[in-house]
Amino acid sequence: MYGTGLAKGLRLTLRHFVESYIDDLRYGFRKYHHSTDNFGIRQGTQTKGVITVQYPDEKIAVPERFRFVPFLIVEDDDHPTRSGKDWCTSCGICAKVCPPQCIWIVRGNDPDTGRPVPEPEGFFIDIDICMNCGYCAEYCPFDAIKMDHDYELASYDRTSHHIHDKEKLSKPNSYWRSIAPTRAYDEMLVRGTWEHKDAAKEARRGSASSRASSPQPAAQQAASAAAAETAAVSAAVEAETVATAATAEGATPWSEDDAKREERRRKALERKAKRAARGG
Amino acid sequence: MENLAAAEQSVERLSIDDSIEYLKANHSQAIKLDDRDGYEGVIVDSDMLVDIARVIRDELGFDYLSSATAVDYLGEGDHMEMVYHAYRSSGGGALVFKAQTDREAAEIPSLVSVWRGADFQEREAWDLYGIRFPGHPNLTRILMWEGFEGHPMRKDWREAYYEEEQKPFDSRWPGGHVHRAEEKNVFGKNVSYPPDIDLNRLMDTSEEAVYQSLGLGVDIERIMDKDGFETNELVVNMGPHHPSTHGVFRMLLTVDGETVTSLEPVMGYLHRNHEKIGERNTYLHNIPFTDRLDYISSMGNNHGYVLAVEQLMSLGRKYNPPTYRCEALRVMMVELSRIVNHLWAIGFWLNDIGAFFTPVLYFIQERERILDFFEAVAGSRMMCNYMRFGGLFGDLPERIKSVSNLTNDRVRDYNTMQFLTEMINERIPRTIDELEVLLTQNEILIERSMGVGILSAEDALNFSAAGPLLRGSGVAYDIRRADPYSIYPELDFDVAVEEEGDMYARYRVRVTELRESVRILKQILPRLESTQGESIWADGKPGAYAPRVPHGESYGRVENGKGELGYYIVSAGGRGGSSNPWRYHVRAPSFINLTPLGHMSKGHKVADIVGILGSIDIVLGETDR
Repeated sequence: MYGTGLAKGLRLTLRHFVESYIDDLRYGFRKYHHSTDNFGIRQGTQTKGVITVQYPDEKIAVPERFRFVPFLIVEDDDHPTRSGKDWCTSCGICAKVCPPQCIWIVRGNDPDTGRPVPEPEGFFIDIDICMNCGYCAEYCPFDAIKMDHDYELASYDRTSHHIHDKEKLSKPNSYWRSIAPTRAYDEMLVRGTWEHKDAAKEARRGSASSRASSPQPAAQQAASAAAAETAAVSAAVEAETVATAATAEGATPWSEDDAKREERRRKALERKAKRAARGG
Repeated sequence: MENLAAAEQSVERLSIDDSIEYLKANHSQAIKLDDRDGYEGVIVDSDMLVDIARVIRDELGFDYLSSATAVDYLGEGDHMEMVYHAYRSSGGGALVFKAQTDREAAEIPSLVSVWRGADFQEREAWDLYGIRFPGHPNLTRILMWEGFEGHPMRKDWREAYYEEEQKPFDSRWPGGHVHRAEEKNVFGKNVSYPPDIDLNRLMDTSEEAVYQSLGLGVDIERIMDKDGFETNELVVNMGPHHPSTHGVFRMLLTVDGETVTSLEPVMGYLHRNHEKIGERNTYLHNIPFTDRLDYISSMGNNHGYVLAVEQLMSLGRKYNPPTYRCEALRVMMVELSRIVNHLWAIGFWLNDIGAFFTPVLYFIQERERILDFFEAVAGSRMMCNYMRFGGLFGDLPERIKSVSNLTNDRVRDYNTMQFLTEMINERIPRTIDELEVLLTQNEILIERSMGVGILSAEDALNFSAAGPLLRGSGVAYDIRRADPYSIYPELDFDVAVEEEGDMYARYRVRVTELRESVRILKQILPRLESTQGESIWADGKPGAYAPRVPHGESYGRVENGKGELGYYIVSAGGRGGSSNPWRYHVRAPSFINLTPLGHMSKGHKVADIVGILGSIDIVLGETDR
């Protein structure tokens, strides 16, 4: 009969309308609660009815592999020997592999010898040009540049805010481990240590000459019969994950205001300078 | 010779090599083999090109001209070349033929009289390379504006923010002191006009002047000549800022009352010279750029490009083909993006013909789940950048898991395979069922779409239409079956085809393809289970960041959601190969499928034009490149 196709279609839209209420009742409105289980129901494959997420009152946390504008990894402030040190060795691979060529690196030279030092003097990323492809992080041989998860970068003036310099790009290793625990763990397995490759090397050298300037990493290294370390590390990852879950509810490390961050960084740099003076 | 004579009656089934032999035997004066290292096909004498093309089409049966594009060999022989890829609609590989011409006063006879599908492609070659095509009915610029100086794809043409011939640029490292290109080259100073240009002509805003300067073949005098109220034809501009044109696309209509008498598509508003950028880029750099072509199905774009480069790489010694798991993952991603593409296409086509946003939102809801999956696996929802030469960005993660980072972040955590299984076995089929309930028997939809925008099978082939547009006209041509790649030969699926050639037939083709994609995905799932743990890289580790690609040419094509997506790539390096492509051409289905738009629209009402355009399914990122 003419019109039945139309009626069937209308019945479907009506069903969608009613279903959204039925689904709400079935889950007793838990769908709108914040916990992982309930949010997972609303956004999952089984849901019917309303799936909407009310941004910015709610945001969908991005998955680990999500990539948005790179940042540089520096050693944590509490690292005994390399606090605040760049992981980047300014090898330039990220700049070469960058499709829109938005990465600019100034390689530093040692003032005495004139030879290049393995630490960038300047590092710039023009985020207006960056196409978020993730090649820099993918091809970095030192795990020193990573893609961030913070996508809320809007600003009122692009000319003054959109070239990120080294200071703005630098974030501690612990931040990377908090936003991407699984990937950071996998990278650690490849690297063989939670620290930068060079840190492990230095520590080994340090313990060999028994200067014992930093007993803790030396001890860690001594226990680095591969199996033992892996076990220890996976325990650490578990602890980490718990810690992340705990911080997730409250303020995350990077929602602290910038002044505190600056303060921490300044202190770390002071310590670094002292150490350099002592060592040199 | 005897063999050839015996095969005369079955010439249409000759293999590619035998076809070339046949051409050489019968037209030896006009044909010479292309014996450059890594090249294929024949070079045809320019003067004989049209005759040879007729032989190729009529005698040898290569009735489908897939791609026609130009290459500038400046410094590599100093000539221009047109490269044609012709296929048989019954399936099989390409017969590649080329015509060469001098760089100055470049001229090659037009093939529009043989394949009308060459129309836009020759206009593009004229626009970007400055090759003239005597015999072309309307040889005007198509992507650039009429006042543009020069032909930007020529090797000696340099863009406004030119830095170096090839990436990576030396200024980035080790002395990378940052600057903005726009500050060095201020807006307004980056434009130069040709010496003989009359800006007043371009500024003249009278209707007559505007349409004459655009050279769109509108017979404005016939319209303007009539006095007063006798005039019953009208020129209407639809677009570029029109919500139904799916982006910045313009259609220039002449209408007699409500009935369309002629239609000229005008495009190029989103032109960014993707191909020039591609030739500055290294091979690897191009993968994320391909995401930006047809941004609805970026996985398919990646696939076509990596196939083309892998074809070239396989000419070299150090090349490992992708592993089975890698191929299975590729096919899965491509089929998921085909589902996304068709849901999107059907949804917005419905918007165009008046079912405003109710159905499309149901489909987008499904698309969201697929994009969530892409995001968790590839790192981005739309700009996936997932495929690499000989591998992939990464294997499936164990869990689709997010980590709270911003304030108000809500966390999700699913098992990847479970998520995928539920999506493929339950959600997507359910949505397709709903789609059919909602639409297939809907009387309004049937009234609006049946018998509208008809394209016959012969025309579809001749116009080089591709994808659902071609299959909706009764030509069962699907590259996944006709010229298979990846693991498609071992998968069980049917080619969707409808005979009517109208809007409704195209809709039916898309629905069938959705179901066939689900069928393929259901076969992929057990393959993923059985290859669990296998590496996605043949030698277990990711490919190099600056691969060198051996000398030669390749044409990689895939059946994308919108039709045949092809990449023509020339590597012109020396012995060791090159790190940047010499020529990087995209055979964009959204672009070439517009060739028959004018033909299909003739005689229909203005409101139907919107639907016909929607039923072709274009994305301007790919049309304009």
